[in-house]
Amino acid sequence: MNRAAAGWCFSLPAMLLIAMFFLLPVVAALLLSFTDFDLYALADPANLRLVGLDNYRKLLTTPIFWQALGNTAWFVVLGVPLSLLASLGAALLLDSQLARFKPLLRTALFAPVVTTLVAVALVWRYLFHARYGLLNELLAHLGVGAVDWLGDPDWAMPSIVLLAVWKNFGYNMIILLAALQAIPEDLYEAARLEGAGTLGRLRHITLPLLAPTLALVGIVTVSGYFQLFTEPYVMTQGGPLQSTVSVLYYMFEQGFSYWKLGYAASVAFVLFALVLLFTALQLRLTRRLGQS
Amino acid sequence: MNRRASFWLVNGALWLGAAATLFPLLWMASVSLMPGGASSSYPPPLLPAAITLDHYRELFAVQHMGRYFLNSLIVASSATLLALVLNGMAGYAFAKLHFRGREALYRLLLAGLLVPVQVTMIPLFGLLKVLGLVNTYAGAIVPAVASIFGIFLVRQFALSIPDELLDAARVDGASEWRVFSSVVVPVLRPILVTLAVFVFLATWNDFMWPLIVLSDRDMLTLPVALASLASEHVQDNELMMAGAVVTVLPVLLLFLALQRFYLRGIMAGSLKG
Repeated sequence: MNRAAAGWCFSLPAMLLIAMFFLLPVVAALLLSFTDFDLYALADPANLRLVGLDNYRKLLTTPIFWQALGNTAWFVVLGVPLSLLASLGAALLLDSQLARFKPLLRTALFAPVVTTLVAVALVWRYLFHARYGLLNELLAHLGVGAVDWLGDPDWAMPSIVLLAVWKNFGYNMIILLAALQAIPEDLYEAARLEGAGTLGRLRHITLPLLAPTLALVGIVTVSGYFQLFTEPYVMTQGGPLQSTVSVLYYMFEQGFSYWKLGYAASVAFVLFALVLLFTALQLRLTRRLGQS
Repeated sequence: MNRRASFWLVNGALWLGAAATLFPLLWMASVSLMPGGASSSYPPPLLPAAITLDHYRELFAVQHMGRYFLNSLIVASSATLLALVLNGMAGYAFAKLHFRGREALYRLLLAGLLVPVQVTMIPLFGLLKVLGLVNTYAGAIVPAVASIFGIFLVRQFALSIPDELLDAARVDGASEWRVFSSVVVPVLRPILVTLAVFVFLATWNDFMWPLIVLSDRDMLTLPVALASLASEHVQDNELMMAGAVVTVLPVLLLFLALQRFYLRGIMAGSLKG
């Protein structure tokens, strides 16, 4: 067997699986979104009808879809900056020469990342409990009134953000920490000689050199936060008053509770388009900032 | 600010942060050991007044937790094994074996990274229904075995293998398969461990796909079973926390044992942009 043939043979099994169970479904999802694929069509494909852009038209006139879009955007707008700030703060502290027990602390800060989301969402649902939850107990000690975390439509999404930040910040912390450790020590030394303080060095050396990594991490995090599903499914079932229905929650409900699969596929594609749009926008923004 | 004050500020903030991240996990374990109903009192207790293993006993004796645990173990380990073989071979081929269409194929794969995986779920469900794979282990692992990320991870590592090493084996008369199995695999070992930890954790923790494809009670994985347990026993906090411990503990221990390999994967993955 020559080398080229071997290359094909070695990559073929993986390529076939990816083609069949990833690429084909992506194309099929687009096609399905132009049909009324439902429970009847699932039983007998003869019941399938082409409906053109009807699913998309219906989406745009459905208030709950707009609400799901708004809720998801709120989760992204609130969650991504908080998440990045927590990651950056933790990475800067871990990178400090003054810090002791670094490996131990790094492991502790990272631990939530590897936990099972369903399990920790249940733990947090309980921490958020209006009567027996420890969070309100903590607030009471600080002299602040109780909050009905998951029961109040204004607080439910911020509560989910809190869980998401706790669960996720460790991931970006590791990436940022690696980028921090790659900054040459001489640069800091030179700045110190010129009389720059801690904040001056942070502003003029650390943050500019960290910017490319921060931008990259930001893009990946935004697209990840758009895919909100498990937290509302486990903690609030989309409530109260549908304040935590996310785009994917809506897709799941339409697709797998009501079996309107064609319609759900159009929801999935709108999400895909949004993620693409935001990735492209962020890339352009990053490039422009990089040039100036 | 003097050095002493900075020292306490930095270390104090770090320990406070670590306490905040660990607290929910420790508290989960603590509540799981409390007698039934003890956690629903005011003020909420931090530690169990008396330790009991009743909830763990109930989980395994009454709630079929053993079965779910086994399902999760089968799904996560078989996905891991298959992912190692498939992505290991493909990643090596993309790095070291020149074949027609390689570059174009690789660019197509990288573009695929932009697609949120949930887009595929609806047609995939239909496809698996046609293939008779709904409610099977195979159906649960199908999206996880061959992955673009996995191929990418192995490829980046395999690029650093010197061609002379491979050519030397070929001159000795080794077949391409033999070159792979006895020269390449030993070199790739660290990145294969990284890939294994990634796939195992991802499939063990996954929720949305198994929720869609597994509906038979006997087939559920731990996260799906836990979510349904939580909606049936809303008031039973101690039981739920015990279920959460059983679900989280295996992956937490696996991570602690292989931490170095897992963190390396994150760093490699962050370069994909």
